[in-house]
Amino acid sequence: MLEVGGILSWIHEALSSSCPEWLTLLIEYVLIGVGFLALYALIALILILLERKVCAYYQCRLGPMRAGFWGLLQPFADMIKILMKEIIPLLKNDKFLFFTALFLVIIGSLCTFGALQFSKDLVGIDFNVGVFYVLAISSLGVLGILLAGWSSNNKYTMIGAMRAGAQLVSYELSSGLSLLTIVILGGTMQLSGLIEAQSETWFLFQTPFTWIAMVIYLIAGHAETNRGPFDLPEAESELTAGYHIEYSGITFGLFYVGEYVNMFTIAGIGTMVFLGGWQPFHINAEWAAGFNGVMDMIPTWLWFFAKAFGLVMLSLWVRWSFPRLRIDQLLHLEWKILMPISLLNMLLMALWVTVLVPLFA
Amino acid sequence: MAENLTSIDFAGLFTADNIVFCLLSAVILVCGFMSVASTKILRAATYLFFTLFAVAGLYLTLNYEFIAAVQLSVYAGGILVLLIFAIMLVKNLGTDTETTSYVNKTIAGIAALAGAVFAFITMSKYRFISNEEANDASEMIDMEMIGQTLMGTDKYQYLLAFEAVSILLLACIVGSIVVATKSKED
Repeated sequence: MLEVGGILSWIHEALSSSCPEWLTLLIEYVLIGVGFLALYALIALILILLERKVCAYYQCRLGPMRAGFWGLLQPFADMIKILMKEIIPLLKNDKFLFFTALFLVIIGSLCTFGALQFSKDLVGIDFNVGVFYVLAISSLGVLGILLAGWSSNNKYTMIGAMRAGAQLVSYELSSGLSLLTIVILGGTMQLSGLIEAQSETWFLFQTPFTWIAMVIYLIAGHAETNRGPFDLPEAESELTAGYHIEYSGITFGLFYVGEYVNMFTIAGIGTMVFLGGWQPFHINAEWAAGFNGVMDMIPTWLWFFAKAFGLVMLSLWVRWSFPRLRIDQLLHLEWKILMPISLLNMLLMALWVTVLVPLFA
Repeated sequence: MAENLTSIDFAGLFTADNIVFCLLSAVILVCGFMSVASTKILRAATYLFFTLFAVAGLYLTLNYEFIAAVQLSVYAGGILVLLIFAIMLVKNLGTDTETTSYVNKTIAGIAALAGAVFAFITMSKYRFISNEEANDASEMIDMEMIGQTLMGTDKYQYLLAFEAVSILLLACIVGSIVVATKSKED
């Protein structure tokens, strides 16, 4: 099989046969941390290339073509360039908060990224309050953005940070409510439990309300990553670059990387909660046993990444197709449209689980 | 007390749990002090955030993931964002440094001392439970049990308190909307 579980348990056995227990654990924790950081950076590089290519094709261009075959080495060249750039110090700003803000954004993004379950065996954190943990830890980013905007001592960053604060705090509500709708259906908050409950049929095909929840989650998640029609905090034609104008070199690079990985994290959580995570696509019927067997042959990590990148492509499609909203339209969309729908949807899902399902069971 | 001190196993103190506990406590104490001592209000809020974050870490070492997540989402995600937002909206509050009067400083010092004495008395009255015991206890608490405790009406269940708090919050929301709405004559 092409699963990674074999390799992981081989590493564990090799370490525990030659080291005491505490050293084994220490080495494994460090390895897991380094692995996550490497994956984080790699996914950011892939997404940056993907974004540039997809954007180019939407605008009938070719995008980067010179570095490597079909421009494949472009993000690595960009990475080396941005690592060597100067970090320009500002004259009158709060340096401590300026750099703390950056790390808050990155830590919030990385901790949310750690909750993703990439395959059957590749699981970082699996708390029994998984969904709640994801909602809680992702709010670190808001704090980082607010502090970044203030500590840059610039009116554009300040306006950007204010917009970001209003936007993120509002859209957290409907993304949280649509995740809770699925928690009602799955009966657990543990992400592995939710994925386990989808082994026969994905949640998407279990109830009609899941579709509504998924659409709302994708819109709200898209808004939470400050992209697409919702990129008011960094609207380049109004605020030049919003809350991260004053960051230069790799400090700007980290904001950029964090934004791209957040996009993947939103897609990954959507995958785990609505599309069965790493579960293969199954048709729950007698005659489809052969089809299900073929689907099981595909390794689970491939399933996860295929679905997650599918949702990322959807997000890119939206980003390059719609014009930017105004701030009042943005808040109108959240508070007067998405919020009531998701509250009603949650109520209907609760009725489905408590009344309709026992009726037909 | 003396014979107790000699019987402490000092090598046994260097467990991973204890090291993590000491690191988190150091962060809590230092950042807690800095959040009071800092003259810049936005920095003070940031130090307060670090303190709250480290407390969430402390809950995690006890395997109380739910409380840790609540700590993060209520304090770090909710109250601190609100606090920083409020500070940023008030003009120049972030940059001005204010000096406190000696009367206030004295009262604050007395209050802090009283708090420390109270905490010390409480700590010496009760013993600390070991992490193993805490882990045994927390394995039984899952989300379903927390939900039923919050939503039940039996003994040791908290529906009434839950509803009272939600009515209070609703009143706050309605009140803030009323305060924020401008009347037509203005």
